[in-house]
Amino acid sequence: MIAISSTLAMILSYLESMVPLSFAVPGIKIGLANIVIVFVMYRLGIKQAIAVSFIRLIWAAIIFGSFATFVYSASGAVLSLAGMGILKLTNKFSTVGVSVAGGILHNAGQIIAAAVLMGTAQIVYYMPVLIVSGLATGVIIGVVAALTVKKIPKSVI
Amino acid sequence: MIINNKKARNDIVLISAVILLALISFFAIYLNRTEGGYAQIIQNGVETDVYPLDKEAEIDIPSDNGGYNRLIIKDGCAEIVSASCPDGLCISQGKVKFNGETIVCLPNKLVIKIVSGTDPDVDIIS
Repeated sequence: MIAISSTLAMILSYLESMVPLSFAVPGIKIGLANIVIVFVMYRLGIKQAIAVSFIRLIWAAIIFGSFATFVYSASGAVLSLAGMGILKLTNKFSTVGVSVAGGILHNAGQIIAAAVLMGTAQIVYYMPVLIVSGLATGVIIGVVAALTVKKIPKSVI
Repeated sequence: MIINNKKARNDIVLISAVILLALISFFAIYLNRTEGGYAQIIQNGVETDVYPLDKEAEIDIPSDNGGYNRLIIKDGCAEIVSASCPDGLCISQGKVKFNGETIVCLPNKLVIKIVSGTDPDVDIIS
């Protein structure tokens, strides 16, 4: 199951890398792969979601990324998984709340990595924009993830 | 679709908190912004010129593709008033005067950036 999910997450992030969406601010992405992560988190568990996330990260970096993109996405993924895992554990939020937290923390992680790598704090000016974009994409991803959790029968995964 | 009311309510609380956070950080940045002293001309990613904002000026900036952007500096603001680029987005970006603000013209590979001083190592974001 983890293997299938990781592959699916990778395909989604590949599709996304082919459609440049960074029109306003560099780095804005929908984060389609997060649909799979949230789904796995709700269907299989948090540990499995972490595994899927890192398998996807490493393979995505090897196949169509670079070291820089790996550092950005890894720091985003660590923060976002931590936040989503904690919210999921409280059992007080739906997939929408969890994925909103994930989307924003993913952006925050990337900003922090960028600020450290470029040695400039100026980049925090992007933060309000990225909070809003993380919110918007988080809601979309959360709704889609809720649908997949509901519609995909347990007998399949 | 059965909506778990308690979870939906918590989601909305979370989303509201996030919107509030975005607004607060936006205003924190808005209030902390400072008026810049110079307009930096960056072409193809390389700084080519710097003009002080306190001196009125009208400058035609030629670009590699044979085009131009006309920059006007007046009342401490920098503004592109006419340009050869087809979309004219650099004109519609209006006046800039605060540190870190930019006017970008992608067709002519031109960036006008407001900086506090002429010190070149203040910030390098490419």
